[in-house]
Amino acid sequence: MALTTSPPDPKALDAAPARGYSSDAAGLGRLRAGAFVAPALALIAVFLVFPALWVIYLGLMNYRLTGIAAAEPGFVGLDNYLKALSDPGFWNSTVLTFQFVLGSAVIGQAVLGFTLAWLMRNRRGTLKSVVEGIVILAWILPSAVVAFLWVALLDRDSGTLNALLGIPGFAWLLDYPMLSIIVFNTWRGTAFSMMLYGAALGNVPPSHLESARLAGASGLQQLRDVVFPHIRGHILTNLLLISLWTFNDFGPFLLTAGGPENKTEILAVYVYKTALQAGDLGYGAAISTIILLINLVVAIFYLRLLRSRK
Amino acid sequence: MAAIELRGLTKVYPGGVKALDSLDLTIPDGEFFALLGPSGCGKTTLLRTIAGLETATAGAVVIGGRDVTNVQPGGRDVAMVFQDYALFPHMDVTDNIAYPLKIKKVGRADRRAKAGEVAARLGLEQLMDRRPGQLSGGQQQRVALARVMATQAQAFLFDEPLSNLDARLRLEARTFLKKLQRELGVTTVFVTHDQAEALAMADRMAIMEAGLIRQIGTPSEVFQRPANTFVAGFIGSTPMNLLDAVARGDTLEVAGCKVPVPASAEGLLADGEKLVYGVRPEYMTYRDGTVEGGLTGGVAILENLGASHLVTLDVGGVSVQAVVPEGQEPALGEQGTVLPRHDRALVYRDGELVAA
Amino acid sequence: MTRFVVGRIGFYTLIALLLAFFTIPLLWLASAPFTSNPTYEVRMPDFTWENFEIILAHPYALGSLVNSLILAIGSAILVVVLSALAAYALSRVRLPGRDALLYALLLLSSIITGTAAMVPLFQLAIELGLIDSHTGLILIMTGGLLPAAIFMIKDFMDTTPKSYEESARVFGASPLQIVRHVVVPVVRPGLATIAVWTIANVWGNFLMPYLLLSDVEKQPAAVIMYTLYTEGGQANLKVLSTFGLLYSVPVVLMYLFVSKKYGFRFHGGIKR
Repeated sequence: MALTTSPPDPKALDAAPARGYSSDAAGLGRLRAGAFVAPALALIAVFLVFPALWVIYLGLMNYRLTGIAAAEPGFVGLDNYLKALSDPGFWNSTVLTFQFVLGSAVIGQAVLGFTLAWLMRNRRGTLKSVVEGIVILAWILPSAVVAFLWVALLDRDSGTLNALLGIPGFAWLLDYPMLSIIVFNTWRGTAFSMMLYGAALGNVPPSHLESARLAGASGLQQLRDVVFPHIRGHILTNLLLISLWTFNDFGPFLLTAGGPENKTEILAVYVYKTALQAGDLGYGAAISTIILLINLVVAIFYLRLLRSRK
Repeated sequence: MAAIELRGLTKVYPGGVKALDSLDLTIPDGEFFALLGPSGCGKTTLLRTIAGLETATAGAVVIGGRDVTNVQPGGRDVAMVFQDYALFPHMDVTDNIAYPLKIKKVGRADRRAKAGEVAARLGLEQLMDRRPGQLSGGQQQRVALARVMATQAQAFLFDEPLSNLDARLRLEARTFLKKLQRELGVTTVFVTHDQAEALAMADRMAIMEAGLIRQIGTPSEVFQRPANTFVAGFIGSTPMNLLDAVARGDTLEVAGCKVPVPASAEGLLADGEKLVYGVRPEYMTYRDGTVEGGLTGGVAILENLGASHLVTLDVGGVSVQAVVPEGQEPALGEQGTVLPRHDRALVYRDGELVAA
Repeated sequence: MTRFVVGRIGFYTLIALLLAFFTIPLLWLASAPFTSNPTYEVRMPDFTWENFEIILAHPYALGSLVNSLILAIGSAILVVVLSALAAYALSRVRLPGRDALLYALLLLSSIITGTAAMVPLFQLAIELGLIDSHTGLILIMTGGLLPAAIFMIKDFMDTTPKSYEESARVFGASPLQIVRHVVVPVVRPGLATIAVWTIANVWGNFLMPYLLLSDVEKQPAAVIMYTLYTEGGQANLKVLSTFGLLYSVPVVLMYLFVSKKYGFRFHGGIKR
């Protein structure tokens, strides 16, 4: 799912009731409360929970989009998973996804986001609004539109980038596809990190920074000695979150559709191609299960970290 | 208009905390009754249980002769004003006041007219179209009052009605509320942690501690004869002197001095008993030098209370306080004696008042 | 003194570079729709409206925007209603297993993404006959957005004083009357935020409609945009640029509206 705002705050789970007064202010009662919750839970159960569980089952079958196996799928046990282990396509995708996450999230968005937050930390006024506005614009525009904006930018013959650099005929998307999608995704997602670090920096007590400055610390030293200790926790949780999002991002499909020659076939695209283009749903389900498990591990780790910090 | 009766009312929270411990209380029809106590004593829980917002674990709530213990809040014919007034922010003053009538299915024109009538009684005519957010604290309170008046309920419940007002306004509001309740004659129970407020407004009050009622009485009764040391220490803007004492025949040894056994405890003390001697600073007279039957010491502190002074004497290491009228205050360091009023001094045994 | 000046120059250079990095790709969207013969390159437009007339004539362009609207509003209504009801009950009533449920919702909203669930959702849609149906797509997207929505609204409701509801209750209002008269009006800002958040999410969502809608007439703008630049032959830049702009404007307006009115509550999860 595309746009998210701030991730839900797990602290809400620990809120203790004040004074023990009845919290059922309107006298709803358990029965009515159950009825209120039921429709949402039903929808979540059918369209979120069930698919997540069903995909495990699907991965153990040999469902196909067409053909005999579509009508009468058979149980194949762990065959699909074993297939993944020996499938060069799968490993290619895994390595590419790792590069993608490392390059655009861990390095790209986090570093750029922090840099912007740091540069804008003491400013109010127009400059800040303009910078933040443009960066956020890159984030909120629909993915199909930004993908094409980059297709246009990187066009070999008449793209703006080549025009600016004076190198017409340079095929970014063909010759450096991975770099292209990494830069693209960095551009796209920096806003979130920028806002997060902006808030984190805002929480650093100004008195600490002042003391450091008065003691003669340069900007970089202040950064190292005062700021980083304060925001260390935020850095880790931010990295986890954006890595999770980037790992699941389907956006590069819109730019390169996995090509050229599978060079940008990250896992999300690989699943799509295997299951929905080639029609091997069973195998696609197995890979999806793997993706889900990875998501689960990262998410639990992230939530644990958040809760321990509160 | 109706009396409120509580019989053996108990409320235990899921964790096992006893918020109300088998309370018995009768509030006669038309009385302005205060529930007073420190934070966490159960007074608000009691109010909410009378209203029906909390369900009793045991015991009964009877309103106007009707057992309402198992009746939903809306069906008890009571009306409540919350500490934050709970005026609906999206409705104007008229609709806010008319809301109870809307629930009673009174037609729109009728209920708005009725709301106007009630509002006029409280001087709110000019504010009828405003939203709560545009009103001052005092105005909001009057709208909340108008709203409960519109219900014509048998009993009113007020949760800390004055704590949301600033200090100056609070005193005006006190007088206003007392007058209003007298006019309406509706049984009213209000919760407060401010003993001065309770003394000023209530006809009778119950002082609570940790889920128990420690004393029920009129303001004069709880001020002049607190039933135990808790009430003695809680009531009164200047704290009561509570001094360790030992009984010796028809005198009490207090802080190295001898004072007569007070009228209330005559003949009820055993020789050599360890007791607590209680007398309010307001019930002491100050004399220069040493006087028999009083507490003698050096003037350690003088506090100006406006029309009087609070004098603290150091009596053999023990602080004893007395209120001295204007112009009669001693100088610091002077030796003096405070003489307790014979009919106002009290003796406590194990925290409880010694009385016939 | 010089260190200060050098520092200033360095600062502004860096800012200029970063600003350029973020702005340049966007410029095309601002210039090309108003250029009579747009190329991939960003040039000064000659301010023509003819591209917009072409869009109006295009068989699928406006229709797809309408589809996007249907999907977005349909999902928003469903998400707001269901999440508000659930969040209210969860906020006020101590249901058994409530805390475990909330934790599970939190987890779900992070783990089950479009990428992870595309295969089973596709299969499910086939089994339930929800392929090529706006209703099906709305249901599926709602299911995906509900956990986070419930969490956000519940958070909002937890901080709403209970005295409004209790007051109404003592006046004799029934629970449903209380919800109607008191709760809904008071949490309206929260509901509006959720509605806008849902619309923004659904408006830009590419994968789900791409997966589940095969009829071109039903496809929303996200898919049509993609189709326009991947269908064979020379890409029609007039259509692409203009359509892209039209498709983007609503989300931008919504963002501006929300941040003006409610101060976009977007701090990356950190309490200020």
